[in-house]
Amino acid sequence: MNAEATTTPRPLVSVRDVHKSFGHVEVLKGVSMDVQKGEAICIIGPSGSGKSTLLRCINGLVPINSGTIRVRDFEVQNLKTDHEKIALRKEVSMVFQQYNLFPHKTALDNVMMAPVHVLRENRDEVRTRALALLKKVGLAAKADAYPGELSGGQQQRVAIARALAMRPEVMLFDEITAALDPETIKDVLATVRELANEGMTCMLVTHEMRFAREVASTVYFTDGGVIVESGPPAQLFDRPAKERTRAFLSQVL
Amino acid sequence: MDAIWHWFRVLYDTTGINLPIFYDAFDRRRFVNGLWMTLALSVISIIASVAIGVVGAWLQGSRLRMTRRVVNGYIQFFRNTPPLVQIYFFYFGIGSLLSTTGPTGHPVPLVSNVAWAIISLSFFAGAFNVEIFRAGVEAVPKTTIEAAESLGFSRLRTYLLIVLPLAFRISLPALNNNLVNLVKTTTLAYAIAVPELLYVTSQIWSDNLNVPEMMNVLLLVYFVLVGALVLAMDRWERAIRVPGFGA
Amino acid sequence: MRRAADRLWRGSAARTAVASRARAWHSLAPAATDLPVLLPAATRLARNAAKARRGGGPPLRLTPAHGVVLLAVFAIACGVAQAQAGAGQPSVLATLWKWLPVLLRGFVFNLAISAMAMSTGTLAGLVLGYAQISQVKAVRGVAAFVTHFFRNAPWLVLLFYCMFLLPFQVRVFGMTIPIPDWTKATFGLALPVMANVAEIVRGAVQSIPTAQWESAASLAFNRRQTMWMIILPQCIKRMLPPWMNLYAILTMSTVLTSIVGVAEIMTLTGRALSAENRPGLLLPFYAFVLVLFFLYCYPIARWTLRLEAKYAVDR
Repeated sequence: MNAEATTTPRPLVSVRDVHKSFGHVEVLKGVSMDVQKGEAICIIGPSGSGKSTLLRCINGLVPINSGTIRVRDFEVQNLKTDHEKIALRKEVSMVFQQYNLFPHKTALDNVMMAPVHVLRENRDEVRTRALALLKKVGLAAKADAYPGELSGGQQQRVAIARALAMRPEVMLFDEITAALDPETIKDVLATVRELANEGMTCMLVTHEMRFAREVASTVYFTDGGVIVESGPPAQLFDRPAKERTRAFLSQVL
Repeated sequence: MDAIWHWFRVLYDTTGINLPIFYDAFDRRRFVNGLWMTLALSVISIIASVAIGVVGAWLQGSRLRMTRRVVNGYIQFFRNTPPLVQIYFFYFGIGSLLSTTGPTGHPVPLVSNVAWAIISLSFFAGAFNVEIFRAGVEAVPKTTIEAAESLGFSRLRTYLLIVLPLAFRISLPALNNNLVNLVKTTTLAYAIAVPELLYVTSQIWSDNLNVPEMMNVLLLVYFVLVGALVLAMDRWERAIRVPGFGA
Repeated sequence: MRRAADRLWRGSAARTAVASRARAWHSLAPAATDLPVLLPAATRLARNAAKARRGGGPPLRLTPAHGVVLLAVFAIACGVAQAQAGAGQPSVLATLWKWLPVLLRGFVFNLAISAMAMSTGTLAGLVLGYAQISQVKAVRGVAAFVTHFFRNAPWLVLLFYCMFLLPFQVRVFGMTIPIPDWTKATFGLALPVMANVAEIVRGAVQSIPTAQWESAASLAFNRRQTMWMIILPQCIKRMLPPWMNLYAILTMSTVLTSIVGVAEIMTLTGRALSAENRPGLLLPFYAFVLVLFFLYCYPIARWTLRLEAKYAVDR
C-alpha cells in the first residue's frame, strides 16, 4: 500500500466510504474510489444502484451523510455556503440525462451564460471560445438555434459544450445517452470519446457497455449502493470475479 | 378639426343622430376625461396588481407559516367574492371608518372614491396574479434549476436568469386573461360614482336624452379598448415565445 | 364516397382555418408556452388559461372552509352590532328575521335571473358556437365577430345597454306585453353568457383529436353525420364543467343588476338597511347575503370539480 502511494500521484478525485440516504432508503452504503487526472472511468450497474446519486454528491448537488469526497483541494462534504459550492462547480462540470438546456436561450447563449455570469469573463472572449466548443461538438451551424429546434442528440452535445465552457478539471456524465434515439447516440459518444482521448478527466455513468470497454481505464460495477467489483474493462467484462457482476453482464450484453 | 366637429352638428340636424361628445366642447371634455379616467384606472391597477402578484408569490414561499396564511386568506377572499361586493366593502365599509370631520362639520373621507376604486381593483386582480405567478415559478422544472446550480450559478442568479424568465413566459397566458378581465371590471367603479367612461356617458345621455347614440358609442369604445389590449397581449405572448416550439 | 370524403376534407380544413384565424385575431387558442422541457406543468397552465379565457373566468374553488369563515364573520358582525345596539333597540337577529322574507324574495329573484339568463344565453351560444365552426366562410366570420364583440364588452355595459334600449313593452298582434326591468336585465346578462358558451362549444369541438374525424371519414360518414354522431356527443362531456362554472360566475354577477335598479337581493338589503338606519347592521346583513350566495354556489363548484375529475381521463 505504502509503496503504491509513493509511486502514484495524488488522485484528482478521491471518494472515501460515502454514505447517503434519502429518508429511510440508503442509496450509497460506503462507496470509495480514486480517479487520477486524465483518467476516464465508467460506472455501470442496474438502475437504482446509486450511480447517479454518487455523481450528484461529487458535484455538491446533494449533501452526503458520512464519508469524504475530495476533488482537487475541495473537501466537498465541508462546503456549506453557496459561495463555496460555486467554487467547486467551477472545477467539476456535469452533463445530465435530460440535457437540461435553458429553453429560452440559444445554443450559443447556453454555452456562454455560465462563463459570462459566473466566471465574469470577457464576453467577446467567451463568445470565441463558445463558438470553438460548438464547432468541436460539431454544431457550429446551430449556434443560433434554440434548444427546441435541436434534436435530442444535438441538445446533449450543446450541454457538453456548455459544461466544457467552464474549463473544468473533471467532467461528470450522468447517463447522457439514456434519453436519446439510437442514431443520435453515436455522435454524442464520439464527442465524449474525443474528450477522453484528449486527457480530460471523465466520470461516466452509462449503460453503453461497448463504449465503457473502449473508453474507460477503470470500470466500476455498483449494485445496491456498494461497489461490487472494479478493474480494467478487459478484466471486468471478460473475467468478472463476482457472481453478481456476471449475472448483470449476462443480462445486458 | 372644427370642420369635423361641425360635421357632427350637421349630422344631428339632418338625421337626428345626436353625438354632442363631438360638436359640444363641454360634453367632449367630459367624455375625454371619462376615457382618461378609465385608462388611468386600468393602467394604475394593472401595474399595482402585477406588483401585488410578484410580492404575494414571493411571500407565499415564505418560511413563516403566518405569512403564508395571510397571503392565502387574502387570495381566498378576493377570488371568491363578486368584485362589486369588494368595491362596496372598501368604499362603504373601510372608507366610512377612515374619515375626518371637515370645516363644515360634515365627515370628509380621507381616501377618495377614485383611490378606493384603484385599491379594490388592484387587490381583486392582484389575488389572481399571486396564484398565476406562483404557478409559473413552480412550473419551472427542478432539473433545469439543478443544471444552473451545477454550472456554478448562485441562487439569486439562477432565480433572475433562469427561473424568472421561464416562469414569466409560462404565466403570460393566464396573466393576460386576468388583465383583460381587470380592464372590463373597471366599469364597476361606476357604482361608487367614479367619473369613468360608463359614468360620464350616463351623465351625458341623461343631459342630452340621447341614450341610443351614447350606448352605441360606449359599446364601441369598450370593444376597441379591450380588443386592442387583447391584440397587444397576444402579440406580446407570441413575441417572447421561444422559437422552435409549437406553430 | 369520394364526394363525402371530399366534403369532409373541406370541413376539417375549414376547422383549421377557423382555428388559425381565431388565434391570429383574438388568441383564443391555447397560446401555449410550449417549451418541451417544461411541458407537463407549463402545458397544464396554458391549457387552464385557455379554458378560463373561453369560459368567462377562472374556476371558482369554493371549499367548506369558505362557508365556515363566512358564517364566523356573520356571527362576529352580529355580536359586534349587538354590543353597539342602544337600549330598547331590537336584537340584530330579530331585525334580520324581520327582513328575512324580503331578502329571500330578492335572492329568489337573483336565482330566477341567473337561470333565465343562463338558458337563453346557452341556447343562443350553442347556435353561435355551431356557426363558428360552419363550413361557410361568411357565417364563420360573422359568428366569430359577434362572439368577440360580446366577449370584449364589460358585463355592466351590456347590462346598461339592454336596460336602456329594450322597450318597456312590446305590441304583438294588438296585445301589449310589458317587459319588466328584470327581464331586460336577464337579456343583458344573457349576451356575455352567449358569447362564452359559443367559445366553450368551439373549444370543445377543437379539442376532439383529428383522428376522430379521420376515422369517421374512413367509415364514410359525411361531415354532418360525423359532427352530430361522433364529435358533438364527445363534446358534451367536455363542455359541462366549464358551462357549470360559467353559471356560478353568472350567479355571482347577478348582483350587478342592483346597479341598474332591479329589486334583487343587494338592492333590497340596501333598502332594509336605510329603513333601519343602524350603521352596525351593515356588516351582518351583507355577510348574510354572502352566506346565501355561498350556500347556492358551493354545491355547483363542488359538482363541477367532480365532473372535471371524472372526465379528465379524456385528455
